[in-house]
Amino acid sequence: MGVPTVSFEMTGAQPVAVLSGEWTLTGLRGRLDTLRRQLASADAARAGHWDLREVTRLDSLGATTLWRAWGDRLPERLEADPHTLDMLRVAAVLGPCRPAPRMRPRRGDALVALGRLGGALVAQLLGMIALSGQILFDAVRMLRFPQDAPLRELSANLYKTGVTALPITALVGFLIGVVLSYLSALQLKTFGADVFIINILGIGIIRELGPVLVAVLVAGRSGSAMTAQLGVMRVTEEIDALVTMGVPATLRLVLPKVAALVAAMPLLVLWTSASALFGGMVAAAVQLDIGFGFFLDTLPRVVPIANLYIGFGKGLAFGLVIALVACHFGLTVRPNTESLSSNTTRSVVSAITCVILVDAVFAIATRHIGMPT
Amino acid sequence: MSAPVIDIRGLVTRFGSHLVHDGLDLSIPAGEVMALVGGSGSGKTTLLRQVIGLMRPQRGDIRVLGQPLFSGDLQADRVLRQRFGMLFQQGALFSALNVLENIAFPLRELRWLDRETIHDLVMIKLAMVELEPRHAWLMPAELSGGMVKRVALARALALEPELLLLDEPTAGLDPDRSAAFVSLIRRLRDQLGLSVVLVTHDIDTLSALATRVAVLGDRRILAEGTLDHVMKQDHPFIRSFFGAARHAGSAY
Repeated sequence: MGVPTVSFEMTGAQPVAVLSGEWTLTGLRGRLDTLRRQLASADAARAGHWDLREVTRLDSLGATTLWRAWGDRLPERLEADPHTLDMLRVAAVLGPCRPAPRMRPRRGDALVALGRLGGALVAQLLGMIALSGQILFDAVRMLRFPQDAPLRELSANLYKTGVTALPITALVGFLIGVVLSYLSALQLKTFGADVFIINILGIGIIRELGPVLVAVLVAGRSGSAMTAQLGVMRVTEEIDALVTMGVPATLRLVLPKVAALVAAMPLLVLWTSASALFGGMVAAAVQLDIGFGFFLDTLPRVVPIANLYIGFGKGLAFGLVIALVACHFGLTVRPNTESLSSNTTRSVVSAITCVILVDAVFAIATRHIGMPT
Repeated sequence: MSAPVIDIRGLVTRFGSHLVHDGLDLSIPAGEVMALVGGSGSGKTTLLRQVIGLMRPQRGDIRVLGQPLFSGDLQADRVLRQRFGMLFQQGALFSALNVLENIAFPLRELRWLDRETIHDLVMIKLAMVELEPRHAWLMPAELSGGMVKRVALARALALEPELLLLDEPTAGLDPDRSAAFVSLIRRLRDQLGLSVVLVTHDIDTLSALATRVAVLGDRRILAEGTLDHVMKQDHPFIRSFFGAARHAGSAY
């Protein structure tokens, strides 16, 4: 394989440039800079005659290099094989067009970015409201045409988001219960206030920790799955196919997900709270010698039943929020892989953030309810 | 005859209990446009995937451009893969990158070309596949089917391959575009001196493009040679496949 070279021979007043070798991607590797310097030298500038007959092969890299060195035109006297000439003519499509310079940050960009972020937030909120409205319409439509009710999807989603979440929520709940009970017991012991462990665990887990814990787990588990599923269905045009067959996409895909999660979440909350209380009970028995019988006997007396209802209410609200956010982000995936991954991330992060926000609202709204007197 | 670009000896492929290839031999000479044809399930696409190294055959030897695909030397394997380009049936463009970045991707992976040169090379490749510079900024999702194929072809040609492999190059294109795409491939082949291997079941593409034909069937190559030679073979599949062609051919 011939090494690409350029040499200048003096014949008469003007030098003749003689090129030879393989002017190709493989041939030019490691030699491009040297050759470019030679092509840009004074000799090359004065050369009136270019002899390319010794060039064995020329590809688009070779053609580009020469074309740019000649100042975007062919030299007046050029000798070359027809094939080489062909390639050089291909390079003639290159205009003076150059890649856009890299974007450099400017002053004020931060402000623009902040504004964009705000705009995006508003757009997402509007989208979410529109989706909620659509689901409402679908629900009404379902009442008018009960045969359209997506019962199979509902049952499948209940199984996927509810039943299969039982082991993991129980495990996490149990461990959190153990940790919470253990840490509280250490403190309570120093004050001799051992029995208050039941109050702390009861109120803390049933009212607050259980629902939030489940919500975080479900947002990561089912929320991401919903977004990814709807997103891929959008990328592969499955949603379009569904709509074309006269099946409203929100009715068949979104409504069952939302309904299933709203139904499953309170039950998951109950299950996880029970598991966490059991964990706390075990730790309390080990640490503080508080028997199971005494614990279970005292629990209903120190924790008003309203706390359980608040926990259920939170479960319902969190389920609605997670499913809505997940479906919204799933339906707004643009047909590329990058958008799919970023929307799945956003779905989980937004769902957890919204859950915490809703939780704060609950805390304020129910501040007079269910507190032991 | 020059050295074969693809040399397959005693290839055996098996999916579970289903035997796809049984002792298949095929040698594709350089500078030819070889069409692989065969009924559905005859293992055309599987063969192509083995040739580009996406699947390892259970038994047998495949040499591409004179070298084995899995030599054990990572650098050699990588260099070999840069010497051929593949046009996938659906284009397989990177959906998160625009047209420019898609074509520039293999060039950037070389890691020794500067930004301006890569930009120039991409523009040349775009012109070669008869697209305009303004198309460089589109995303794959915004392209029509024919444009996706052209961009994918430009990407396959980015590293100046010696061998171009095409999987159903005209599938999904209307007859007009398909004819235009075929003539584009033919022109590029003459211009760049490529060897081409294509899998197709479109008889028009085959007759317009291929200089040689290999027919897959009964887990081996049934016939191989020029189109005229293959059409004279007496085998039920060849008769039915090219029987339709004879009618179609007489219609022109």
